[in-house]
Amino acid sequence: MVEKNTSQLDPKKTLQEIEEKFEMFQILNEEGVIVNEQAIPNLSDDELVELMSRMVYTRILDQRSISLNRQGRLGFYAPTAGQEASQLASQFALEKEDFILPGYRDVPQIVWHGLPLWQAFLFSRGHFMGNQIPEGVNVFPPQIIIGAQFVQATGVALGMQKRGKKAIAISYTGDGGSSQGDFYEGINFAGAFQVPAVFIVQNNQFAISTPRELQTAAKTIAQKGIAAGIPSVLVDGMDPLAVYAVTKDARDRAINGEGPTLIETVCYRYGPHTMAGDDPTRYRTSETDSEWEKKDPLVRFRKYLETKGIWNEETEAAVIEKAKEEIKEAIKKADAAPKQKVTDLINNMYEVNPYNLDEQLAYYTEKESK
Amino acid sequence: MAQLTMIQAITDALRTELKNDENVLVFGEDVGVNGGVFRATEGLQKEFGEDRVFDTPLAESGIGGLAVGLSLQGYRSVPEIQFFGFVFEVMDSIAGQLARMRFRTGGAFNAPVTIRSPFGGGVHTPEMHADSLELLMTSTPGVKVVIPSTPYDAKGLLISAIRDNDPVIFLEHMKLYRSFRGEVPEEEYTIPLGKADVKREGTDLTIISYGAMVHESLKAAEELEKEGYSVEVIDLRTIQPLDIDTIITSVEKTNRAIVVQEAQRQAGIAANVIAEISERAILSLEAPVLRVTAADTVFPFSQAETVWLPNSKDIVEKAKIVLTF
Repeated sequence: MVEKNTSQLDPKKTLQEIEEKFEMFQILNEEGVIVNEQAIPNLSDDELVELMSRMVYTRILDQRSISLNRQGRLGFYAPTAGQEASQLASQFALEKEDFILPGYRDVPQIVWHGLPLWQAFLFSRGHFMGNQIPEGVNVFPPQIIIGAQFVQATGVALGMQKRGKKAIAISYTGDGGSSQGDFYEGINFAGAFQVPAVFIVQNNQFAISTPRELQTAAKTIAQKGIAAGIPSVLVDGMDPLAVYAVTKDARDRAINGEGPTLIETVCYRYGPHTMAGDDPTRYRTSETDSEWEKKDPLVRFRKYLETKGIWNEETEAAVIEKAKEEIKEAIKKADAAPKQKVTDLINNMYEVNPYNLDEQLAYYTEKESK
Repeated sequence: MAQLTMIQAITDALRTELKNDENVLVFGEDVGVNGGVFRATEGLQKEFGEDRVFDTPLAESGIGGLAVGLSLQGYRSVPEIQFFGFVFEVMDSIAGQLARMRFRTGGAFNAPVTIRSPFGGGVHTPEMHADSLELLMTSTPGVKVVIPSTPYDAKGLLISAIRDNDPVIFLEHMKLYRSFRGEVPEEEYTIPLGKADVKREGTDLTIISYGAMVHESLKAAEELEKEGYSVEVIDLRTIQPLDIDTIITSVEKTNRAIVVQEAQRQAGIAANVIAEISERAILSLEAPVLRVTAADTVFPFSQAETVWLPNSKDIVEKAKIVLTF
């Protein structure tokens, strides 16, 4: 007699089993204590100090950017505090030849990847020179259309694969972004072509005001990678060591021809969605805020490095001083950029202007000379 | 010289550029082993390998995203959107991304991408296959829009499009794919984008058209000739940017014009041509410039399309109004 196979008659069980497999990966807990000795990434003391310095620097950059925005000296700005581990520890796992396709909150990663800070400020101000990526800096300007960077990252990675480069494309979106069609198309194409790409979903709990649980019935965003047939990881996005370790591992596998990886970094944005009028008190409580602040990536990493004896108040003060100084210089440089002209923009529509733009160029040249 | 159909001329152009430039990539749904649903890429995967000519998963936005990303690695993509009615799925990649690449980055990056896609009525397709959606493209600054009407033009224009350093939307009218053959040189040649072609010379009336309607216009011109009218027919070939010089020169000669488009009246290619004429040559006109278009409905179900689509009789009728004004 043939035995009946009823395993597929319990699809709920299949789902449950998959969801249970996604446990949050952590190395350094909220207290700054190592909880996963075996997984500690191979980083020298200098590298650990460098990563901490970047996180402190970027926290200062965030504070300064918010205050410059309030003074009217910056334009569009999406705050980053709370996401330093997610953003910077993942970027720290990259090599210069890797290509970053950021979302609009991911300016810190592209700055640490080589985009001069004064240009990042010009991007914020809505000046095209902010997006004039210098030769040899492997980044794309911040994407505004949520999810578009994921399909593009697959294209970049496919190009790298075809060129035989030992490099990856990495892209960032958020919990809201993981609901977009382009999210699925991007990871699905990447899996189908087995391209060297790493997709990071920074689950900071809110897409503007919409909470994570309204985005999807899926228990984790990481599990969405399973449907695309690509390895997926759920990681504590406020733990820099864990974020670094999973990104490095994903990069190594990608370089090794083993295809793409999806990483969900669980984190929190302390500030508003952007500085353009968002008020987080409308959609979250101060209790929730303080719960997440206890998990702060800087606090736990500072404790860890202090215990190791490679970080102290003086080191931190020096980084803060340096950050403030460089930000001041970058703003000065951004201020010195030539005034943006419509004629510059007209000349960047096509390689050669068609008749209509030629006529309009003449019109605006006259208008702007007055 | 070979006698080729338009689809063969297109394959010939793709082969030419795949051979000329190793950065050229051809991809899309079913373009590999299957050679495309219309066989535009017939034999190309076999000849150039799966690395250069490849199938993608079935998702237009993903295809558009690939083209954007591949541009950033120095590739010259020629993706196929299987039917242009599916363009809505890839609108962000076209209008939000490719069209803005040079502009957004202040010239740091550009997008040498040619999106090929079949469109056009008269072949009894299911819904969302035949619509003339070129207006969506001509309303998008940053792309060029090319629509050939003959095999010869198709080859020369497609080679130019692929070599262009900006995104080009290359629309291929399905009815023209195999309806006739034309002489196509075996060697490579280019036809400049943005340059119209006078398909027939005349002195009494200018008919300005593009795509399949060029042939209806030529038929109408023959009819009108029997009645003693000398009609000039201009094939725009590129509808963005327009070839203003050719249009205005002709109108200044004939003093009368009509514009013929297969798209709905509200799809403003003809409207734009007329606006340009009225801004630049109104004093040369002896009559209003009229339009021959389809009705402002959704593209009809296939049993009604032959009536819905403009034809040479509609053109003759409108031409006579203008000629006798």
